[in-house]
Amino acid sequence: MSIYNINFETMPREGIEAIQLKRLQATIERIYVTVPFYKKVFDTAGIKPADIKSLEDLQRLPFTTKLDLRDNYPYDMFAVPMENIVRIHASSGTTGKPTVVGYTKRDLDTWAELMARSFAAAGATSGDIIHNAFGYGLFTGGLGVHYGAEKLGASVIPVSGGNTKRQITIMQDFKPTILTGTPSYILHLAEVADEMGVDFKDLHFKSGIFGAEPWSENMRAELEEKLHLKAMDIYGLSEVIGPGVSIECYEEQKGLHVFEDHFIVEIIDPESGEVLPYGETGELVFTSITKEAFPIIRYRTKDITRLNPEPCTCGRTHIRMNKPSGRTDDMLIIRGVNVFPSQIESVLMETKQIHPHYQLVVDRINNLDTLTVKVEIDEALFSDEIKTLQTMEQKISNDIKEYLGVSAKVMFVEPKTITRSEGKAVRVIDNRKF
Amino acid sequence: MCAEQISIFIENKEGRLAEVTAILRDADVNIRALSLADTTDFGVLRLIVNNNDRAEKALKKEGFTVGITQVLAVEVKDEPGGLNDILDPLSENEVNVEYMYAFANPQCKNAIMIFRFDDHDKALKILAEKKIKVISKQEICNL
Ligand SMILES: [Zn+2]
Repeated sequence: MSIYNINFETMPREGIEAIQLKRLQATIERIYVTVPFYKKVFDTAGIKPADIKSLEDLQRLPFTTKLDLRDNYPYDMFAVPMENIVRIHASSGTTGKPTVVGYTKRDLDTWAELMARSFAAAGATSGDIIHNAFGYGLFTGGLGVHYGAEKLGASVIPVSGGNTKRQITIMQDFKPTILTGTPSYILHLAEVADEMGVDFKDLHFKSGIFGAEPWSENMRAELEEKLHLKAMDIYGLSEVIGPGVSIECYEEQKGLHVFEDHFIVEIIDPESGEVLPYGETGELVFTSITKEAFPIIRYRTKDITRLNPEPCTCGRTHIRMNKPSGRTDDMLIIRGVNVFPSQIESVLMETKQIHPHYQLVVDRINNLDTLTVKVEIDEALFSDEIKTLQTMEQKISNDIKEYLGVSAKVMFVEPKTITRSEGKAVRVIDNRKF
Repeated sequence: MCAEQISIFIENKEGRLAEVTAILRDADVNIRALSLADTTDFGVLRLIVNNNDRAEKALKKEGFTVGITQVLAVEVKDEPGGLNDILDPLSENEVNVEYMYAFANPQCKNAIMIFRFDDHDKALKILAEKKIKVISKQEICNL
Protein backbone atom coordinates (compact mmCIF):
# COMPACT_ATOMS: atom_id res chain seq x y z
CA MET A 1 0.00 0.00 0.00
CA SER A 2 1.32 3.43 -0.77
CA ILE A 3 1.70 6.33 1.64
CA TYR A 4 0.29 9.60 0.31
CA ASN A 5 2.72 11.97 2.00
CA ILE A 6 5.78 9.87 2.68
CA ASN A 7 7.83 12.76 4.13
CA PHE A 8 5.38 13.68 6.84
CA GLU A 9 3.74 10.32 7.51
CA THR A 10 6.99 8.42 8.09
CA MET A 11 8.93 11.22 9.78
CA PRO A 12 11.01 10.16 12.81
CA ARG A 13 9.65 11.10 16.23
CA GLU A 14 12.06 14.01 16.85
CA GLY A 15 11.10 15.53 13.51
CA ILE A 16 7.39 15.30 14.27
CA GLU A 17 7.88 16.85 17.69
CA ALA A 18 9.97 19.71 16.33
CA ILE A 19 7.29 20.52 13.76
CA GLN A 20 4.56 20.21 16.38
CA LEU A 21 6.26 22.69 18.71
CA LYS A 22 6.90 25.24 15.95
CA ARG A 23 3.32 25.01 14.69
CA LEU A 24 1.84 25.06 18.20
CA GLN A 25 3.74 28.21 19.10
CA ALA A 26 2.61 29.92 15.90
CA THR A 27 -1.01 28.92 16.55
CA ILE A 28 -0.96 30.17 20.16
CA GLU A 29 0.63 33.48 19.19
CA ARG A 30 -1.94 34.03 16.49
CA ILE A 31 -5.09 33.14 18.42
CA TYR A 32 -3.99 35.16 21.42
CA VAL A 33 -4.52 38.27 19.33
CA THR A 34 -7.31 37.11 17.01
CA VAL A 35 -9.71 35.15 19.23
CA PRO A 36 -10.90 37.05 22.35
CA PHE A 37 -12.02 33.80 23.97
CA TYR A 38 -8.49 32.37 23.94
CA LYS A 39 -6.93 35.64 25.13
CA LYS A 40 -9.34 35.63 28.05
CA VAL A 41 -8.75 32.01 29.11
CA PHE A 42 -4.97 32.26 28.69
CA ASP A 43 -4.92 35.48 30.72
CA THR A 44 -7.03 33.87 33.44
CA ALA A 45 -4.60 30.95 33.53
CA GLY A 46 -1.70 33.44 33.66
CA ILE A 47 -0.06 32.21 30.46
CA LYS A 48 1.46 34.30 27.71
CA PRO A 49 2.18 32.85 24.25
CA ALA A 50 5.91 33.21 24.93
CA ASP A 51 5.56 30.77 27.87
CA ILE A 52 5.02 27.89 25.45
CA LYS A 53 8.61 26.71 25.12
CA SER A 54 8.15 22.96 24.86
CA LEU A 55 5.40 20.50 23.94
CA GLU A 56 4.94 19.78 27.66
CA ASP A 57 3.91 23.41 28.13
CA LEU A 58 0.74 22.58 26.23
CA GLN A 59 -0.44 20.92 29.45
CA ARG A 60 -0.54 24.34 31.12
CA LEU A 61 -3.22 25.55 28.73
CA PRO A 62 -6.87 25.22 29.69
CA PHE A 63 -9.20 22.79 27.91
CA THR A 64 -11.83 23.84 25.40
CA THR A 65 -15.23 22.19 25.69
CA LYS A 66 -18.37 21.91 23.63
CA LEU A 67 -19.91 24.43 26.03
CA ASP A 68 -17.25 27.03 25.15
CA LEU A 69 -18.10 26.58 21.47
CA ARG A 70 -21.80 27.07 22.18
CA ASP A 71 -21.10 30.22 24.17
CA ASN A 72 -19.30 31.62 21.15
CA TYR A 73 -22.01 30.69 18.66
CA PRO A 74 -21.86 31.17 15.77
CA TYR A 75 -18.64 32.92 14.69
CA ASP A 76 -16.79 34.11 17.79
CA MET A 77 -14.22 31.29 17.73
CA PHE A 78 -13.12 32.17 14.19
CA ALA A 79 -9.54 33.43 13.96
CA VAL A 80 -9.80 35.07 10.54
CA PRO A 81 -12.14 37.72 9.11
CA MET A 82 -15.28 36.41 7.36
CA GLU A 83 -13.93 37.38 3.95
CA ASN A 84 -11.27 34.69 4.33
CA ILE A 85 -13.82 32.00 5.26
CA VAL A 86 -14.83 29.92 2.25
CA ARG A 87 -16.86 27.14 3.88
CA ILE A 88 -19.05 26.70 6.94
CA HIS A 89 -20.09 23.41 8.49
CA ALA A 90 -22.11 22.68 11.61
CA SER A 91 -22.61 19.67 13.82
CA SER A 92 -26.17 18.85 14.72
CA GLY A 93 -27.00 20.01 18.21
CA THR A 94 -29.11 17.38 19.91
CA THR A 95 -29.48 19.80 22.80
CA GLY A 96 -29.29 23.49 22.22
CA LYS A 97 -27.45 25.18 19.41
CA PRO A 98 -25.24 23.41 16.87
CA THR A 99 -21.47 23.90 16.79
CA VAL A 100 -20.40 26.06 13.84
CA VAL A 101 -16.98 25.72 12.24
CA GLY A 102 -15.34 27.59 9.38
CA TYR A 103 -12.57 26.89 6.86
CA THR A 104 -10.23 29.07 4.83
CA LYS A 105 -9.06 27.97 1.38
CA ARG A 106 -5.89 26.61 2.95
CA ASP A 107 -7.90 24.73 5.62
CA LEU A 108 -9.86 23.00 2.86
CA ASP A 109 -6.58 22.04 1.19
CA THR A 110 -5.27 20.65 4.47
CA TRP A 111 -8.46 18.70 5.03
CA ALA A 112 -8.44 17.30 1.49
CA GLU A 113 -4.83 16.21 1.98
CA LEU A 114 -5.69 14.45 5.24
CA MET A 115 -8.57 12.63 3.57
CA ALA A 116 -6.34 11.72 0.60
CA ARG A 117 -3.84 10.29 3.09
CA SER A 118 -6.71 8.39 4.72
CA PHE A 119 -7.80 6.89 1.41
CA ALA A 120 -4.23 5.82 0.64
CA ALA A 121 -3.95 4.27 4.13
CA ALA A 122 -7.12 2.29 3.37
CA GLY A 123 -5.58 0.94 0.18
CA ALA A 124 -7.08 3.36 -2.36
CA THR A 125 -5.22 4.77 -5.38
CA SER A 126 -6.06 7.23 -8.15
CA GLY A 127 -7.43 4.28 -10.13
CA ASP A 128 -10.22 3.60 -7.65
CA ILE A 129 -13.90 4.49 -7.84
CA ILE A 130 -15.23 5.75 -4.53
CA HIS A 131 -18.89 5.31 -3.58
CA ASN A 132 -19.41 8.01 -0.94
CA ALA A 133 -22.51 7.30 1.10
CA PHE A 134 -21.72 9.86 3.81
CA GLY A 135 -24.38 12.58 3.90
CA TYR A 136 -23.59 15.78 1.99
CA GLY A 137 -24.54 19.00 3.73
CA LEU A 138 -23.76 20.80 6.96
CA PHE A 139 -22.36 17.50 8.27
CA THR A 140 -18.62 17.25 7.47
CA GLY A 141 -18.74 13.59 6.37
CA GLY A 142 -19.91 13.89 2.76
CA LEU A 143 -17.90 16.88 1.55
CA GLY A 144 -14.82 16.03 3.62
CA VAL A 145 -14.55 12.60 2.04
CA HIS A 146 -15.45 14.00 -1.38
CA TYR A 147 -12.61 16.48 -1.67
CA GLY A 148 -10.11 13.97 -0.33
CA ALA A 149 -11.12 11.47 -3.01
CA GLU A 150 -10.65 14.13 -5.69
CA LYS A 151 -7.30 15.20 -4.24
CA LEU A 152 -6.14 11.58 -4.46
CA GLY A 153 -7.22 11.58 -8.10
CA ALA A 154 -9.79 8.84 -7.64
CA SER A 155 -13.27 8.95 -9.19
CA VAL A 156 -15.86 9.86 -6.62
CA ILE A 157 -19.57 9.04 -6.85
CA PRO A 158 -21.33 11.57 -4.58
CA VAL A 159 -24.37 9.42 -3.74
CA SER A 160 -24.79 10.76 -0.18
CA GLY A 161 -27.12 8.91 2.21
CA GLY A 162 -30.58 7.53 1.51
CA ASN A 163 -32.34 6.16 -1.58
CA THR A 164 -30.79 2.83 -0.75
CA LYS A 165 -32.13 0.73 -3.64
CA ARG A 166 -30.78 3.20 -6.16
CA GLN A 167 -27.42 3.06 -4.39
CA ILE A 168 -27.29 -0.68 -4.90
CA THR A 169 -28.08 -0.34 -8.60
CA ILE A 170 -25.28 2.24 -8.86
CA MET A 171 -22.92 -0.21 -7.15
CA GLN A 172 -23.80 -2.87 -9.71
CA ASP A 173 -23.52 -0.58 -12.73
CA PHE A 174 -20.74 1.89 -11.81
CA LYS A 175 -18.54 -0.77 -10.21
CA PRO A 176 -17.13 1.29 -7.31
CA THR A 177 -14.15 -0.25 -5.49
CA ILE A 178 -14.12 1.77 -2.26
CA LEU A 179 -17.15 2.31 -0.02
CA THR A 180 -17.51 5.10 2.53
CA GLY A 181 -20.31 5.79 5.01
CA THR A 182 -21.48 5.37 8.58
CA PRO A 183 -21.27 1.71 9.62
CA SER A 184 -24.93 1.58 10.64
CA TYR A 185 -26.11 2.89 7.27
CA ILE A 186 -23.76 0.53 5.44
CA LEU A 187 -25.17 -2.46 7.35
CA HIS A 188 -28.66 -1.28 6.42
CA LEU A 189 -27.52 -1.08 2.82
CA ALA A 190 -26.25 -4.66 3.04
CA GLU A 191 -29.65 -5.79 4.31
CA VAL A 192 -31.48 -4.07 1.47
CA ALA A 193 -29.05 -5.59 -1.04
CA ASP A 194 -29.80 -8.98 0.44
CA GLU A 195 -33.56 -8.41 0.06
CA MET A 196 -32.97 -7.41 -3.56
CA GLY A 197 -31.03 -10.62 -4.11
CA VAL A 198 -27.74 -8.76 -4.67
CA ASP A 199 -24.65 -10.47 -3.31
CA PHE A 200 -21.72 -8.20 -2.45
CA LYS A 201 -19.30 -10.86 -3.62
CA ASP A 202 -20.49 -10.08 -7.16
CA LEU A 203 -19.68 -6.38 -6.60
CA HIS A 204 -16.17 -4.92 -6.72
CA PHE A 205 -15.34 -3.44 -3.34
CA LYS A 206 -11.91 -3.97 -1.82
CA SER A 207 -12.01 -1.48 1.07
CA GLY A 208 -14.53 0.36 3.14
CA ILE A 209 -13.94 3.47 5.22
CA PHE A 210 -16.50 3.72 7.97
CA GLY A 211 -16.91 6.27 10.73
CA ALA A 212 -18.78 9.20 12.28
CA GLU A 213 -20.05 6.86 14.99
CA PRO A 214 -18.29 4.35 17.23
CA TRP A 215 -18.32 0.76 16.03
CA SER A 216 -17.00 -2.46 17.53
CA GLU A 217 -14.73 -5.26 16.36
CA ASN A 218 -17.89 -7.40 16.12
CA MET A 219 -19.31 -4.93 13.64
CA ARG A 220 -16.06 -5.07 11.68
CA ALA A 221 -16.39 -8.84 11.38
CA GLU A 222 -20.00 -8.45 10.25
CA LEU A 223 -19.22 -5.69 7.73
CA GLU A 224 -16.29 -7.59 6.26
CA GLU A 225 -18.24 -10.82 5.94
CA LYS A 226 -21.36 -9.28 4.45
CA LEU A 227 -19.67 -6.78 2.15
CA HIS A 228 -16.60 -8.77 1.05
CA LEU A 229 -14.17 -5.93 1.76
CA LYS A 230 -11.66 -4.80 4.37
CA ALA A 231 -13.27 -2.37 6.79
CA MET A 232 -11.25 0.57 8.14
CA ASP A 233 -12.29 2.91 10.93
CA ILE A 234 -11.93 6.64 10.30
CA TYR A 235 -12.15 9.21 13.05
CA GLY A 236 -12.84 12.89 13.01
CA LEU A 237 -15.09 15.56 14.36
CA SER A 238 -16.04 18.89 12.90
CA GLU A 239 -14.59 20.79 15.87
CA VAL A 240 -11.15 19.39 15.02
CA ILE A 241 -11.54 19.40 11.19
CA GLY A 242 -13.95 16.64 10.16
CA PRO A 243 -13.21 13.09 8.97
CA GLY A 244 -9.49 12.47 8.48
CA VAL A 245 -8.12 13.24 11.93
CA SER A 246 -7.05 9.60 12.18
CA ILE A 247 -7.52 6.36 10.26
CA GLU A 248 -6.64 2.68 10.45
CA CYS A 249 -4.14 1.36 7.95
CA TYR A 250 -4.94 -1.48 5.55
CA GLU A 251 -1.92 -3.46 6.79
CA GLU A 252 -2.81 -3.65 10.47
CA GLN A 253 -6.39 -2.43 11.02
CA LYS A 254 -5.24 -2.03 14.59
CA GLY A 255 -5.43 1.49 15.92
CA LEU A 256 -5.99 4.70 13.99
CA HIS A 257 -2.93 6.74 12.96
CA VAL A 258 -3.40 10.35 14.10
CA PHE A 259 -2.00 12.84 11.58
CA GLU A 260 0.40 14.36 14.07
CA ASP A 261 1.87 17.01 11.82
CA HIS A 262 -1.56 18.70 12.00
CA PHE A 263 -2.90 17.69 15.42
CA ILE A 264 -1.48 17.09 18.88
CA VAL A 265 -3.29 14.30 20.67
CA GLU A 266 -3.45 13.75 24.43
CA ILE A 267 -5.22 11.30 26.72
CA ILE A 268 -6.40 12.76 30.00
CA ASP A 269 -8.04 11.55 33.16
CA PRO A 270 -11.58 12.86 32.63
CA GLU A 271 -11.92 13.61 36.34
CA SER A 272 -8.67 15.35 37.22
CA GLY A 273 -7.76 16.59 33.74
CA GLU A 274 -4.26 15.20 34.22
CA VAL A 275 -2.43 13.93 31.13
CA LEU A 276 -2.04 10.14 31.22
CA PRO A 277 0.97 8.17 29.94
CA TYR A 278 0.78 6.15 26.70
CA GLY A 279 -1.29 3.01 27.03
CA GLU A 280 -3.61 4.30 29.74
CA THR A 281 -7.28 4.69 28.98
CA GLY A 282 -8.90 8.09 29.24
CA GLU A 283 -10.47 10.94 27.33
CA LEU A 284 -9.15 11.93 23.93
CA VAL A 285 -8.07 15.59 23.60
CA PHE A 286 -7.02 17.34 20.37
CA THR A 287 -5.16 20.54 19.56
CA SER A 288 -5.03 21.76 15.97
CA ILE A 289 -1.72 23.24 14.89
CA THR A 290 -2.23 24.18 11.25
CA LYS A 291 -5.82 25.36 11.02
CA GLU A 292 -6.38 29.01 10.14
CA ALA A 293 -10.11 29.68 10.48
CA PHE A 294 -11.03 27.56 13.47
CA PRO A 295 -8.00 26.69 15.57
CA ILE A 296 -8.85 24.62 18.60
CA ILE A 297 -6.80 24.15 21.76
CA ARG A 298 -7.07 21.02 23.89
CA TYR A 299 -10.57 20.15 22.78
CA ARG A 300 -12.22 17.54 25.00
CA THR A 301 -13.88 15.00 22.71
CA LYS A 302 -15.53 12.92 25.47
CA ASP A 303 -14.36 9.86 23.52
CA ILE A 304 -12.59 7.18 25.52
CA THR A 305 -9.55 5.42 24.14
CA ARG A 306 -5.80 4.98 24.60
CA LEU A 307 -2.68 5.73 22.58
CA ASN A 308 -0.15 3.28 21.19
CA PRO A 309 3.27 4.73 20.23
CA GLU A 310 4.62 1.38 18.93
CA PRO A 311 5.95 1.51 15.35
CA CYS A 312 3.51 0.13 12.79
CA THR A 313 4.27 -2.35 10.01
CA CYS A 314 2.74 0.03 7.45
CA GLY A 315 5.70 2.38 7.90
CA ARG A 316 3.77 5.31 9.35
CA THR A 317 5.39 6.84 12.41
CA HIS A 318 2.26 8.66 13.55
CA ILE A 319 0.88 7.50 16.87
CA ARG A 320 -2.14 5.23 16.88
CA MET A 321 -5.28 5.67 18.96
CA ASN A 322 -7.39 2.61 19.69
CA LYS A 323 -10.90 2.43 18.31
CA PRO A 324 -12.84 4.71 20.68
CA SER A 325 -14.62 2.39 23.06
CA GLY A 326 -17.09 4.65 24.77
CA ARG A 327 -17.90 8.12 26.00
CA THR A 328 -16.89 9.81 29.23
CA ASP A 329 -20.61 10.05 29.99
CA ASP A 330 -20.53 6.24 30.59
CA MET A 331 -17.73 6.45 33.15
CA LEU A 332 -18.20 5.04 36.62
CA ILE A 333 -16.18 6.01 39.65
CA ILE A 334 -15.88 3.09 42.03
CA ARG A 335 -13.97 3.66 45.25
CA GLY A 336 -12.14 6.49 43.54
CA VAL A 337 -11.16 4.43 40.50
CA ASN A 338 -12.42 5.42 37.05
CA VAL A 339 -14.03 2.43 35.37
CA PHE A 340 -15.29 2.31 31.81
CA PRO A 341 -17.53 -0.55 30.74
CA SER A 342 -15.28 -0.96 27.70
CA GLN A 343 -12.31 -1.82 29.93
CA ILE A 344 -14.26 -4.67 31.50
CA GLU A 345 -15.18 -5.80 28.01
CA SER A 346 -11.49 -5.90 27.03
CA VAL A 347 -10.66 -8.03 30.05
CA LEU A 348 -13.47 -10.44 29.19
CA MET A 349 -12.33 -10.65 25.59
CA GLU A 350 -8.75 -11.29 26.58
CA THR A 351 -9.76 -13.98 29.04
CA LYS A 352 -11.63 -16.13 26.58
CA GLN A 353 -11.20 -14.54 23.17
CA ILE A 354 -14.93 -14.13 23.03
CA HIS A 355 -17.35 -11.29 23.22
CA PRO A 356 -19.76 -12.10 26.01
CA HIS A 357 -22.78 -10.16 27.17
CA TYR A 358 -22.01 -8.51 30.44
CA GLN A 359 -23.37 -5.95 32.85
CA LEU A 360 -21.82 -3.90 35.63
CA VAL A 361 -23.92 -3.56 38.76
CA VAL A 362 -22.73 -1.01 41.28
CA ASP A 363 -24.11 -0.92 44.80
CA ARG A 364 -23.23 0.94 47.93
CA ILE A 365 -23.24 -1.39 50.92
CA ASN A 366 -22.30 0.07 54.33
CA ASN A 367 -20.90 3.14 52.58
CA LEU A 368 -18.66 0.97 50.44
CA ASP A 369 -19.04 0.78 46.68
CA THR A 370 -19.22 -2.74 45.33
CA LEU A 371 -18.95 -3.81 41.72
CA THR A 372 -20.53 -6.97 40.41
CA VAL A 373 -19.81 -8.02 36.85
CA LYS A 374 -22.52 -10.27 35.50
CA VAL A 375 -21.46 -12.36 32.54
CA GLU A 376 -23.90 -14.38 30.50
CA ILE A 377 -22.60 -17.90 30.19
CA ASP A 378 -22.33 -19.22 26.66
CA GLU A 379 -21.04 -22.50 25.27
CA ALA A 380 -17.46 -21.24 25.04
CA LEU A 381 -17.42 -20.39 28.75
CA PHE A 382 -19.50 -23.26 30.04
CA SER A 383 -18.10 -26.33 31.71
CA ASP A 384 -19.82 -29.27 33.36
CA GLU A 385 -17.47 -28.84 36.30
CA ILE A 386 -18.27 -26.32 39.02
CA LYS A 387 -14.59 -26.08 39.85
CA THR A 388 -13.73 -24.91 36.34
CA LEU A 389 -16.49 -22.32 36.35
CA GLN A 390 -15.45 -20.96 39.72
CA THR A 391 -11.81 -20.82 38.67
CA MET A 392 -12.82 -18.83 35.63
CA GLU A 393 -14.89 -16.39 37.67
CA GLN A 394 -11.90 -15.93 39.93
CA LYS A 395 -9.52 -15.45 37.03
CA ILE A 396 -11.69 -12.74 35.46
CA SER A 397 -12.00 -11.09 38.84
CA ASN A 398 -8.21 -11.16 39.29
CA ASP A 399 -7.68 -9.76 35.79
CA ILE A 400 -10.08 -6.89 36.48
CA LYS A 401 -8.23 -6.16 39.70
CA GLU A 402 -4.90 -6.25 37.92
CA TYR A 403 -5.83 -4.13 34.90
CA LEU A 404 -8.31 -1.72 36.44
CA GLY A 405 -7.25 -1.70 40.08
CA VAL A 406 -10.75 -2.31 41.33
CA SER A 407 -12.17 -5.36 43.09
CA ALA A 408 -15.14 -6.93 41.38
CA LYS A 409 -17.27 -9.96 42.04
CA VAL A 410 -17.73 -11.86 38.80
CA MET A 411 -20.98 -13.74 38.51
CA PHE A 412 -22.00 -16.04 35.70
CA VAL A 413 -25.66 -15.79 34.78
CA GLU A 414 -27.92 -17.62 32.37
CA PRO A 415 -28.08 -16.46 28.75
CA LYS A 416 -30.51 -13.66 27.88
CA THR A 417 -30.93 -12.63 31.52
CA ILE A 418 -29.09 -9.32 31.25
CA THR A 419 -31.52 -6.47 30.72
CA ARG A 420 -31.71 -5.34 27.15
CA SER A 421 -33.11 -2.11 25.88
CA GLU A 422 -34.12 -2.01 22.22
CA GLY A 423 -31.97 -5.08 21.59
CA LYS A 424 -28.86 -3.59 23.19
CA ALA A 425 -27.59 -4.86 26.51
CA VAL A 426 -27.83 -2.39 29.37
CA ARG A 427 -24.17 -2.20 30.38
CA VAL A 428 -24.41 -0.40 33.69
CA ILE A 429 -26.82 -0.48 36.58
CA ASP A 430 -25.79 1.98 39.27
CA ASN A 431 -27.84 1.47 42.41
CA ARG A 432 -25.93 4.06 44.42
CA LYS A 433 -27.74 7.13 45.62
CA PHE A 434 -25.66 10.26 45.51
CA MET B 1 -19.00 -45.83 22.63
CA CYS B 2 -19.24 -43.91 25.89
CA ALA B 3 -22.24 -42.48 27.59
CA GLU B 4 -23.08 -38.87 26.93
CA GLN B 5 -24.21 -36.51 29.60
CA ILE B 6 -26.10 -33.31 29.10
CA SER B 7 -25.09 -30.48 31.41
CA ILE B 8 -26.94 -27.23 31.86
CA PHE B 9 -26.02 -24.00 33.56
CA ILE B 10 -28.74 -22.80 35.93
CA GLU B 11 -28.90 -19.89 38.32
CA ASN B 12 -29.92 -20.66 41.87
CA LYS B 13 -33.44 -19.40 41.57
CA GLU B 14 -36.53 -20.87 43.04
CA GLY B 15 -38.32 -23.28 40.72
CA ARG B 16 -35.58 -23.29 38.09
CA LEU B 17 -34.98 -27.05 38.35
CA ALA B 18 -38.68 -27.78 37.90
CA GLU B 19 -38.69 -25.58 34.80
CA VAL B 20 -35.90 -27.64 33.26
CA THR B 21 -37.63 -30.93 33.98
CA ALA B 22 -40.89 -29.54 32.59
CA ILE B 23 -39.14 -28.60 29.34
CA LEU B 24 -37.82 -32.16 29.06
CA ARG B 25 -41.23 -33.61 29.87
CA ASP B 26 -42.84 -31.50 27.16
CA ALA B 27 -40.16 -32.66 24.72
CA ASP B 28 -41.02 -36.24 25.67
CA VAL B 29 -37.56 -36.87 27.10
CA ASN B 30 -37.11 -39.41 29.86
CA ILE B 31 -34.57 -38.61 32.56
CA ARG B 32 -32.54 -41.67 33.59
CA ALA B 33 -30.33 -39.96 36.13
CA LEU B 34 -29.71 -36.48 37.41
CA SER B 35 -27.26 -34.71 39.64
CA LEU B 36 -27.05 -31.09 40.66
CA ALA B 37 -23.84 -29.46 41.79
CA ASP B 38 -24.22 -25.96 43.04
CA THR B 39 -22.62 -22.91 44.57
CA THR B 40 -24.41 -20.02 46.24
CA ASP B 41 -25.06 -18.35 42.88
CA PHE B 42 -25.34 -21.03 40.25
CA GLY B 43 -25.47 -24.73 39.65
CA VAL B 44 -24.67 -27.24 36.98
CA LEU B 45 -27.35 -29.77 36.31
CA ARG B 46 -26.09 -33.03 34.83
CA LEU B 47 -28.48 -35.40 33.15
CA ILE B 48 -28.52 -38.79 31.56
CA VAL B 49 -31.56 -39.02 29.31
CA ASN B 50 -33.00 -41.38 26.75
CA ASN B 51 -32.71 -38.94 23.85
CA ASN B 52 -29.84 -36.45 23.91
CA ASP B 53 -30.61 -34.71 20.64
CA ARG B 54 -34.19 -34.00 21.56
CA ALA B 55 -33.21 -32.82 25.06
CA GLU B 56 -30.45 -30.57 23.78
CA LYS B 57 -32.66 -29.01 21.15
CA ALA B 58 -35.51 -28.34 23.56
CA LEU B 59 -33.26 -26.79 26.20
CA LYS B 60 -31.38 -24.60 23.74
CA LYS B 61 -34.66 -23.41 22.31
CA GLU B 62 -35.56 -22.18 25.79
CA GLY B 63 -32.29 -20.28 25.97
CA PHE B 64 -30.23 -22.56 28.19
CA THR B 65 -26.51 -23.05 27.77
CA VAL B 66 -26.10 -26.76 27.19
CA GLY B 67 -22.92 -28.82 27.19
CA ILE B 68 -22.39 -32.40 26.10
CA THR B 69 -19.81 -34.34 28.09
CA GLN B 70 -18.42 -37.81 27.55
CA VAL B 71 -18.82 -39.75 30.77
CA LEU B 72 -18.32 -43.39 31.70
CA ALA B 73 -21.28 -45.50 32.77
CA VAL B 74 -20.32 -48.59 34.69
CA GLU B 75 -22.52 -51.23 36.28
CA VAL B 76 -21.66 -51.80 39.95
CA LYS B 77 -22.40 -55.11 41.61
CA ASP B 78 -24.91 -54.96 44.43
CA GLU B 79 -22.48 -56.31 47.05
CA PRO B 80 -19.92 -54.94 49.55
CA GLY B 81 -16.85 -53.58 47.77
CA GLY B 82 -18.60 -53.34 44.42
CA LEU B 83 -17.54 -49.72 43.96
CA ASN B 84 -13.98 -50.39 45.10
CA ASP B 85 -13.51 -52.97 42.36
CA ILE B 86 -13.85 -50.09 39.94
CA LEU B 87 -12.18 -47.25 41.79
CA ASP B 88 -9.11 -49.03 43.17
CA PRO B 89 -7.39 -49.84 39.89
CA LEU B 90 -8.05 -46.29 38.74
CA SER B 91 -6.69 -44.54 41.79
CA GLU B 92 -3.64 -46.83 41.70
CA ASN B 93 -2.99 -45.38 38.26
CA GLU B 94 -3.64 -41.82 39.42
CA VAL B 95 -6.93 -41.38 37.63
CA ASN B 96 -9.20 -39.24 39.76
CA VAL B 97 -12.94 -38.83 39.92
CA GLU B 98 -14.16 -35.33 39.14
CA TYR B 99 -17.69 -36.29 40.06
CA MET B 100 -19.97 -39.30 40.07
CA TYR B 101 -23.60 -40.16 40.58
CA ALA B 102 -25.70 -43.28 40.35
CA PHE B 103 -29.02 -44.65 39.24
CA ALA B 104 -30.65 -48.05 39.55
CA ASN B 105 -30.58 -50.35 36.57
CA PRO B 106 -34.27 -51.09 36.01
CA GLN B 107 -33.39 -54.52 34.61
CA CYS B 108 -31.65 -55.90 37.70
CA LYS B 109 -30.61 -55.12 41.25
CA ASN B 110 -27.35 -53.44 40.27
CA ALA B 111 -26.63 -49.74 40.19
CA ILE B 112 -25.22 -47.88 37.23
CA MET B 113 -22.59 -45.33 38.18
CA ILE B 114 -21.86 -42.33 36.02
CA PHE B 115 -18.23 -41.20 36.31
CA ARG B 116 -16.42 -38.16 35.07
CA PHE B 117 -12.67 -38.80 35.42
CA ASP B 118 -9.90 -36.27 35.05
CA ASP B 119 -8.39 -38.53 32.37
CA HIS B 120 -11.20 -40.06 30.41
CA ASP B 121 -9.09 -42.05 27.95
CA LYS B 122 -6.78 -43.51 30.56
CA ALA B 123 -9.78 -44.53 32.67
CA LEU B 124 -11.33 -46.28 29.69
CA LYS B 125 -8.11 -48.17 29.02
CA ILE B 126 -7.73 -49.33 32.63
CA LEU B 127 -11.34 -50.46 32.85
CA ALA B 128 -10.89 -52.45 29.65
CA GLU B 129 -7.73 -54.07 31.05
CA LYS B 130 -9.66 -55.03 34.20
CA LYS B 131 -12.47 -56.38 32.02
CA ILE B 132 -14.96 -54.02 33.63
CA LYS B 133 -17.85 -53.43 31.30
CA VAL B 134 -18.56 -49.87 30.24
CA ILE B 135 -22.16 -49.29 29.23
CA SER B 136 -22.68 -47.65 25.86
CA LYS B 137 -24.84 -44.67 25.00
CA GLN B 138 -27.13 -46.98 23.05
CA GLU B 139 -27.60 -49.34 25.98
CA ILE B 140 -28.51 -46.47 28.24
CA CYS B 141 -31.08 -45.17 25.77
CA ASN B 142 -32.60 -48.64 25.58
CA LEU B 143 -32.85 -49.23 29.31
ZN1 LIG C 1 -0.16 1.44 10.26
